[in-house]
Amino acid sequence: MYAQMVKTDAARVRSLDEMDPVERAFQERIDAGQKIEPKEWMPEGYRKTLVRQISQHAHSEIVGQLPEGNWITRAPTLERKAILLAKVQDEAGHGLYLYCAAETLGISRDEMYAQLHSGKAKYSSIFNYPTLTWADIGAIGWLVDGAAIMNQVPLQRCSYGPYARAMVRICKEESFHQRQGYDVLMKMVKGTPAQKAMVQDALNRWWWPSLMMFGPSDDASVHSAQSMAWKIKQNSNDELRQKFVDQTVPQAKYLGLTVPDPDLKWNEEKGGYDFGEPDWEEFFNVIAGNGPCNAERLNARKKAWDDGAWFRDGLTAHAEKVSDRRTAAKIAAE
Amino acid sequence: MSSEWPLWEVFIRGQHGLNHRHVGSLHAPDAEMAINNARDVYTRRNEGVSIWVVKSSEITASAPSEKGPLFDPSNSKVYRHPTFFDIPDEVGHM
Repeated sequence: MYAQMVKTDAARVRSLDEMDPVERAFQERIDAGQKIEPKEWMPEGYRKTLVRQISQHAHSEIVGQLPEGNWITRAPTLERKAILLAKVQDEAGHGLYLYCAAETLGISRDEMYAQLHSGKAKYSSIFNYPTLTWADIGAIGWLVDGAAIMNQVPLQRCSYGPYARAMVRICKEESFHQRQGYDVLMKMVKGTPAQKAMVQDALNRWWWPSLMMFGPSDDASVHSAQSMAWKIKQNSNDELRQKFVDQTVPQAKYLGLTVPDPDLKWNEEKGGYDFGEPDWEEFFNVIAGNGPCNAERLNARKKAWDDGAWFRDGLTAHAEKVSDRRTAAKIAAE
Repeated sequence: MSSEWPLWEVFIRGQHGLNHRHVGSLHAPDAEMAINNARDVYTRRNEGVSIWVVKSSEITASAPSEKGPLFDPSNSKVYRHPTFFDIPDEVGHM
């Protein structure tokens, strides 16, 4: 998902009996559905897991602007351009809500940026694929934002208050992103055969990377079990992937597209689709930094940060000057 | 390395004549930029008609560990709630 394979430091999930009284009281609050707020006591593992997950989520929003930014100057109409700009601006906003949520856990935004820029912190694998045509912008909204919604809706019920509240805002806005993407594709499939072929090509390239967004099966993962016990995570990766496929296949049919999976078949008994296994070797390769655009994305991000340093410093210097001048005027008046 | 911009807490008054309400926080070099940034980050969809920003470092908060001593004293004063008093039906609405 936007946060994939988040580690928890847990060797196994411990029962209430094995916890000391403070931790047991904490776990009982979580079990009772209470929210944990900043500065309240929390196990170090809970704090660290949240920092990892929220920062990874934030980095994904920020890096996620880059593949779409590629098409702002090339959008087919002024209206599409304005819509895409608004969507990319939303992504920046989502990143900021999330960095602020993470900051309540005792890490600064600049520290998180440093982790992203050094390659220590990860972001979602999906943003390391290129956007080759305008149909890719439609496919990203429909599939990538669609997959993100699948994951983010349950996160609104996450046990950590600031993260859950950031998610409420984000979910409201994501719906616009998904619909605008589908709208781009609805228009294109009614166009020339070449335009329709472009949409099919975009689906062929984005389908599997979108399924990979949910991460490999985590039914046996101790990290997932621990995250679920802490109610940081609510559903297994396979559950969410299944929901995504079930929701998306009919939408592809409506567009007259073929989902590029020969194993895709309706399973009446389970009331959902059976589908093939994504290429996990490719997934691990992208995560390890060897995807088609990893270097390009990280370099673009670092360049934006470094090139903006003089401007950030200038604003700081101006703020200090104004503040000094006010102090001086106050002293002179006394 | 440049110094980090201070953190500001953002409060927005919604459209409906309610109090300003905390919506989140952001970084900005000064109060004026904090307002500008808050406009872009928190009111892209007409969420508000007025913005307050205050430096996070200026906020004094009660400690979560003092929740008991701070709030318990009012728990025993149930007579502060109107439902504490039984008024006979014959009296009518009160």
